[in-house]
Amino acid sequence: MDSLGAIYFISGRGDVLIQRTYRDDIDKNIPAAFRTNVINSKSLDSASTAPVRQFIGSSFIHLRAGSVYLLAITRTNSNAMMILQFLSKVVDLIKSYCHGDFNEEVIKANFVLIYELLDEILDFGYPQISEPAVLKSLIFQKGFVLESTKKKREAAAQNATLQVTGAVGWRQDSIKYKKNEVFLDAIETVNMLMSAQGSVLRCDVQGRVVMKCFLSGMPDVKLGLNDKLEDVTFHPCVNLGRFQAEQVVSFVPPDGEFELMKYRCTGEEPWPWPGQGINLPFKAVVLVTEKGRTRLEVSVKLKSSFPSNLFATNVIVLIPMPEQTARANFQLSTGKAKYDPKRGSLVWKIKRFAGDAEQSLSASVEQIATTREKKAWSRPPMGMSFQIPMHSASGVRVQYLKVWEKSSYKVDKWVRKLCKSGDYHTRF
Amino acid sequence: MADGRFFSTTKKGEVAEYKNDLHSLDRKSQKNAVKRVIAAMTVGKDVSSLFPGTHNVVNCMQTEDMELKKLVYLYLINYAKTQPDLAIMAVNTFVKDTQDPNPLIRALAVRTMGCIRVDKITEYLCDPLQRCLKDEDPYVRKTAAVCVAKLYDISAEMVEDRGFLDVLRDMVGDANPMVVANAVAALAEIQASSSGPVFVIDGAVLTKLLRALNECSEWGQVFILDALAAYTPADSRDAEGIVERVAARLQHANGAVVLSAIKLILHAAKYIEDAGARAAIHKKLAPPLVTLLGAEPEIQYVALRNIDLIVQSVPGILSHEVKVFFCKYNDPIYVKTEKLEIMIKLADEKNIDQVLLELREYASEVDVDFVRKAVRAVGRCAISLEPAAERCVNVLLDLIQGRVSYVVQEAVVVLRDVFRRYPGRYERVIAPLCECLEALDEPEAKAAMVWIIGEYADRIDNADELLEQFLEGFPEESPGVQLALVTATVKLFLRKPSEKPQALIQLVLSYATQETDSPDLRDRAYIYWRLLSADPDAARDVVLAPRPVIEAAADGVDPALRAELLGELGSLASVLHRPAAAFTSAARLAVRRASQLGAGGVGAGKGLVIRGGVEREAGGQLAYQLHLENAGAGVPLDGFMIQLNKNGWGLVPQSQTIPVPRLAPGASASARVPLVQNPASATPALTPALQVAIKVSQLGVLYLADAVPLAALLREDGRTSPEAFVGEWQALPDAAEQARTLPLVIHAVPAAQASLEAARLFVMAHKSVPGAEVLYVTGAAGLPSGQRAQLLLELRFVPGQRGVATVFKAQETSLAPAAFDAVAAALS
Repeated sequence: MDSLGAIYFISGRGDVLIQRTYRDDIDKNIPAAFRTNVINSKSLDSASTAPVRQFIGSSFIHLRAGSVYLLAITRTNSNAMMILQFLSKVVDLIKSYCHGDFNEEVIKANFVLIYELLDEILDFGYPQISEPAVLKSLIFQKGFVLESTKKKREAAAQNATLQVTGAVGWRQDSIKYKKNEVFLDAIETVNMLMSAQGSVLRCDVQGRVVMKCFLSGMPDVKLGLNDKLEDVTFHPCVNLGRFQAEQVVSFVPPDGEFELMKYRCTGEEPWPWPGQGINLPFKAVVLVTEKGRTRLEVSVKLKSSFPSNLFATNVIVLIPMPEQTARANFQLSTGKAKYDPKRGSLVWKIKRFAGDAEQSLSASVEQIATTREKKAWSRPPMGMSFQIPMHSASGVRVQYLKVWEKSSYKVDKWVRKLCKSGDYHTRF
Repeated sequence: MADGRFFSTTKKGEVAEYKNDLHSLDRKSQKNAVKRVIAAMTVGKDVSSLFPGTHNVVNCMQTEDMELKKLVYLYLINYAKTQPDLAIMAVNTFVKDTQDPNPLIRALAVRTMGCIRVDKITEYLCDPLQRCLKDEDPYVRKTAAVCVAKLYDISAEMVEDRGFLDVLRDMVGDANPMVVANAVAALAEIQASSSGPVFVIDGAVLTKLLRALNECSEWGQVFILDALAAYTPADSRDAEGIVERVAARLQHANGAVVLSAIKLILHAAKYIEDAGARAAIHKKLAPPLVTLLGAEPEIQYVALRNIDLIVQSVPGILSHEVKVFFCKYNDPIYVKTEKLEIMIKLADEKNIDQVLLELREYASEVDVDFVRKAVRAVGRCAISLEPAAERCVNVLLDLIQGRVSYVVQEAVVVLRDVFRRYPGRYERVIAPLCECLEALDEPEAKAAMVWIIGEYADRIDNADELLEQFLEGFPEESPGVQLALVTATVKLFLRKPSEKPQALIQLVLSYATQETDSPDLRDRAYIYWRLLSADPDAARDVVLAPRPVIEAAADGVDPALRAELLGELGSLASVLHRPAAAFTSAARLAVRRASQLGAGGVGAGKGLVIRGGVEREAGGQLAYQLHLENAGAGVPLDGFMIQLNKNGWGLVPQSQTIPVPRLAPGASASARVPLVQNPASATPALTPALQVAIKVSQLGVLYLADAVPLAALLREDGRTSPEAFVGEWQALPDAAEQARTLPLVIHAVPAAQASLEAARLFVMAHKSVPGAEVLYVTGAAGLPSGQRAQLLLELRFVPGQRGVATVFKAQETSLAPAAFDAVAAALS
């Protein structure tokens, strides 16, 4: 089995921005076939939008990032999962080189860099080194490298080869900081879908632990969490064998920022400990009643159920309305509200929402009278977005964070938590 | 500095400007010019003329500036094919660079050289490659390992002659994990395109790979896990050991590592005897499978297609997780559709209420296509889950009452299947159905409704009126509806032989026999007509005969294919739910160089891909099976001819013409060329090598190196008498004997006997000796002279254990390796 035959970066209009061919038998008409069958395709059903498809004797695997398509071509039975994971990694990698941006302009402006990266991360279609931290020791971002530092870096690059292929490939051992600091952010995204009757249909928490390490030398870090984690994945630096045996997250961190782990938990399982599931930060009761042909009455009660010493910030509630809505009059207990025709929704914004509190909105909505037969309104669910600093919906707690290095320096440690909304929907 | 400006359209006169810059001695303007060239190359412009005089390129190559060097290499890779001179000029610099003190430059040179597919440069590649494979720097070694695969793609013989395969096999034990991973990737690829055993994973290799697995990069882990899936555990304990070592990978952040680990664990679990232990392992796989759904929708799609296969093969693995597959409002339609598929498969008595509530919700969404799928899903649940059928039918009724046209139509189609699954059970649904006839405008829904009316004509009071409504537009209906109407009218008449149905039937039959152009409709109408006029009782027996109840919809992947795909989780085949052979071919690709065969002629395949092999067809006819694809010739190809060089078996084509039509660009065709044996075309040595020449009017002659499998030559009448077997065995000298232990497992003698005889290897005798079973096997290969070469084999093995000690005896000793292959192929 071999891997990618070619990789293309294609703009939303179908222009090729970058292409690199690794195998011999790659058809010249690939970009044209992609334009016709994917970008300009009129049909929107599942078979003609799927990311893995076959045309003109080749298999097309694509990933969309913003307005840009990354397309991989193969003519054999390649590992499609690996190819897609790799494409997604390429996006991350370019973002890490280009200050977090990934779009057509960035790609054009950095095409030399991207070719250089592709040369390093794919050999004959096989993914090679793709860790940004490691690559930065081989390929230097252009634009702000001085001649003097360049010499030094090139000398360092001679050692880099030993390092990037080694067992601790993600870290150089010559790192030095005056002040040694570790930042740990536990960021949780809560997804919820509640039925109109108020029962929770689906609910889960996707957690990420992001670390920023500014540590000298080769530190060993250990992280203790309050309970046995089950559905969890780790950054390659974590010793997986040790986690399996002792339930300790132990690792030599890359320098700077990285995502240490991801976890997921759902409400029903006895997780994190029996009897206690996810603490849903908000529950809403939504009532929309049609009064005649042109009027709707909307009433929303929103209750927060996190500790009262915390605050949710930037709470936005979106209540979708039928197409022919004209205007709305509101009565609010807090915040601001309006009808936004672009989003086709009533938008209710609350800057600060205290824990263990209740707020309400009621609105009367007027619709344009039409002579046409009214289309059935599908009542899309009410959506919400919010952020709650220092809250954890899953109940995960950091019990300890230990850093050990042979010179046993002092380390400042900072732990933060953030709970935010993912798909947070209530049907009505 | 932004390089984007190089993309701006070329003004007139600018080309001249870059030419000057390229000649310039100033490093910076030289570099900018090269960047412009690459940018123009990217957008598809032909810029090959911009480097006039190859010395310029070479000059740029010799730079110390890594960035410039890489850019020039990129140009070289793109244009070496059309400008082979350029590549040849560059060779010296490459060779020099592979001895540079900087390992990055050594690696870059060997990596780039491997990408330049020009014949003349390949020879120069071998020495530097040999050096780099032994380089002290692991970064260079890992690059060199991949380069062996590149070279194999260009010239397999050169790789074999220089012993690079042995070096690669040694690299599997390299101290550096990344070198190991790349060596594994290269070996796996070479194995896939080679017929012999290149990369055999035994216990020792397994240990090395498992050790490297813990330390190498995420991609390396995928290569190793995928390669290990080809390993057959020796016994249950061996399998448990693999599962234990690989289980930690399930927590990796990279979904490809997780999925490949799942594949390997599922594979190894098959060899674990204890059913309890197997179940415990399956249980462990649920959380990582669910975690795969946390990624981008494209990755979710691949995960879902694989989960679909897994839940069909290991039922119960995700039975508690059905909620994870509920669709989110903003999921792309391709994700929603796959989730729906899995929801149906996971639905059971415990969760069906939740699932139905969810499906009911989807049926009120706006995307018509998805709504239809949701309605269909309710019907599929009704058919596959009998205890919940009642609840499913209630949901369908509820949906019909919503009166949304496409929902009603889909529900009608689905209900017809429900009636066929549970005849006579849900007649209460008929009345509400009949109220929404006017909503039906799609042929499939109409035909379904007509079928229901006909089937239940005696329970529907106004069935005649309803049918009459449909019959008004009879001539304009589509053929499916017309056929349904004819049958339903006959049923109505047989169930209620009164005046009105009689009038209807005459109307319908006379139209269908006299005015229609459709032969199907006319034939069916005549049959009914004659039946009814000859013997109405017989007509009743035929038309109203009880119909067989339909089974739960067989909507899954065929079990044999599923087993194959489960061994290839993550691969394209597993996503497409099609066997890999359907879109690729494992058969050898055409060798594009005549020089490799030692014959003169034209060099390149020029875009014609040829796959072929000798096969024995039923009846003993030999044929050369060919698949030709015009993959990039750019012009239509025709005039295909075939010729075989003198070969050991004396095979010659009956006719030189290959019966394929003209191949337009992109088109492909298959053909068979019957072969006969002719002693005049036989070489003295009985070797399997077969040189095939294919002539195409537009391309000239292309050569293909193939081998004749012994299995194709084994005759149907290959048996001999037991006495003759014993006599011959004793008569043959020891020199005619060869032995080899084949890495096979035989579980039971009768099954082995059947598979051997299917391959025309006949079991003469079977005896049990202490601690082993022995089979005496014979077969006869047809020699060019028309005589037969009788092969005698002894297979000694312990049932269920790996290793079959095979002894070969025959006059034609050169057939031994091929005979071992034939036994292995028959038994694996």
